[in-house]
Amino acid sequence: MGLLGEDIVTEDGEFVINMGPQHPSTHGVLHLKIWLDGETIKRVQPHLGYIHRSIEKMSENLSYRNFIFATSRMDYLSAHINNEACALCVEKGLQIEATPRAQVIRILMAELTRLASHQLWWGCTGLDLGAVTPFFYAFREREAIMGIMEETCGARLTMNYMVPGGVMYDIHPNFQNRVKEVMKQVKDNLHEYFEILTGNVIFENRTKGVGYISAEDAISYGCTGPVARASGVSCDIRKWFPYEGYDKVQFDEILDTGGDCYARYMVRMKEMLQSVSIIEQLIDNIPEGDFQAKTKNVIKLPKGEFYQRVETARGELGVFIVSDGAASPYRIKYRSPNFSNLSAIEHMAKGAKIGDLIAIMATLDLVIPDIDR
Amino acid sequence: MDVSEKLIFPGQKHETADGGILITKLDDAINWARANSLWPLVFGTSCCAIEMMSAADAKYDWSRFGFEVARATPRQADLIIVAGTIVMKMAPVLKRLYDQMADPKYVIAMGACTISGGPFFYNTYSVVKGVDHVIPVDVYVPGCPPRPEALLHGMIALQEKIKNETYFGKKTKEAK
Repeated sequence: MGLLGEDIVTEDGEFVINMGPQHPSTHGVLHLKIWLDGETIKRVQPHLGYIHRSIEKMSENLSYRNFIFATSRMDYLSAHINNEACALCVEKGLQIEATPRAQVIRILMAELTRLASHQLWWGCTGLDLGAVTPFFYAFREREAIMGIMEETCGARLTMNYMVPGGVMYDIHPNFQNRVKEVMKQVKDNLHEYFEILTGNVIFENRTKGVGYISAEDAISYGCTGPVARASGVSCDIRKWFPYEGYDKVQFDEILDTGGDCYARYMVRMKEMLQSVSIIEQLIDNIPEGDFQAKTKNVIKLPKGEFYQRVETARGELGVFIVSDGAASPYRIKYRSPNFSNLSAIEHMAKGAKIGDLIAIMATLDLVIPDIDR
Repeated sequence: MDVSEKLIFPGQKHETADGGILITKLDDAINWARANSLWPLVFGTSCCAIEMMSAADAKYDWSRFGFEVARATPRQADLIIVAGTIVMKMAPVLKRLYDQMADPKYVIAMGACTISGGPFFYNTYSVVKGVDHVIPVDVYVPGCPPRPEALLHGMIALQEKIKNETYFGKKTKEAK
């Protein structure tokens, strides 16, 4: 009998195994039920809920200032961007805008987060596919970025730095210098990333042609972010629905037509350079002024529904707030990128070998608490 | 306590009047071996797992203290670092993992969620309010998430605890 109380061999002779919830390459507590014919995958069924923390329900009892903290624990690798989405949605309801200085700080922080997130993903992809060294290379730069975060926000991972109207504190006096140093370090070292993993024969064999998804399928599964862009779907929210002032900075939306694991890998690698470029454009141009717009002590949104979408490191995050005019939201719904990206896993893995599933999951870049919330 | 007194390694020769004779207590030898090769289970449910990974990287480098052999299977692990929130659906799995580990086994509760439910203490219906409702905990590391240094401190505290154990009965001696 399997974990779910079913037979481990089906009537068709398919072998049923459970991968997770405790498995090193599920990056958390995802549980995949896999039907196998020999080593070939017939079906994959994700089981969710092993880290369901009821964040949406909890937020209904918190004020509009307080509910933002929980979103840093959702997709903790892009904590800043999650907070930003909530802050933007509340601002939309209040019909205010963050101050110009705060907007630039927010973009800088968001791009630093994206960079750190992709670095961690790169290290973990290496680990999953059997290369340990990339992990140490990736964390070298990541720790430098975490140092910047710590100096300004006071936390390394769950920052809670974005508040409705702006940011919580002004930037640290060292911020600009340190960011420039780290950007130089990232640019100088990025070629090492490519040298150590990209051209590796084993890596190429395990990713090229594996986990293919076409542009049509990516759209119909609701994939966003690098997963969809690797199939050639142009879906960057920063380009299509610019927020904060992303329309004023120059950057390219990275697209690839491969649709396989290798394409997803290359999209993220190239996105790192775009993030560096955005940061370099803005770091010397932070406008003077207030870092936070004046808001009332108790924020009350007018009756209605508000929706805001942002581009996190993994795709489109949507925040939907229903307000009944009280000091806390009536209902909050998050449209998380990982949930939709995960839904495509069966399509990608069908017919592949079980070892390929690891490569597929690694390049989907799943963060499980963001799926379960 | 004098630190130099504590460092008695098996195999170390002590000068005596009659010449070198290897003398050590069984407890000391076993505890020395156990404390310095703690193999943690790769078990992370959420944000704390990232800080646990940071503790493994070159900047913090937990291999300095003998923790680097992270195992993916509970059968080979001595220590389970509960890194992240445990919810009702995960609790039986965690209990099962703990039961599968071979004795002697230790537990570190990393982060506010595993100590008390932390930020998810109020208004949630699905979070276990402290991992010690499910399995016994040796060391609690507070923080949300704790810094890698805090985790290292917690693991060194666990080493201290192990060094004070007696072999028969796994009783811990009076704490210093």
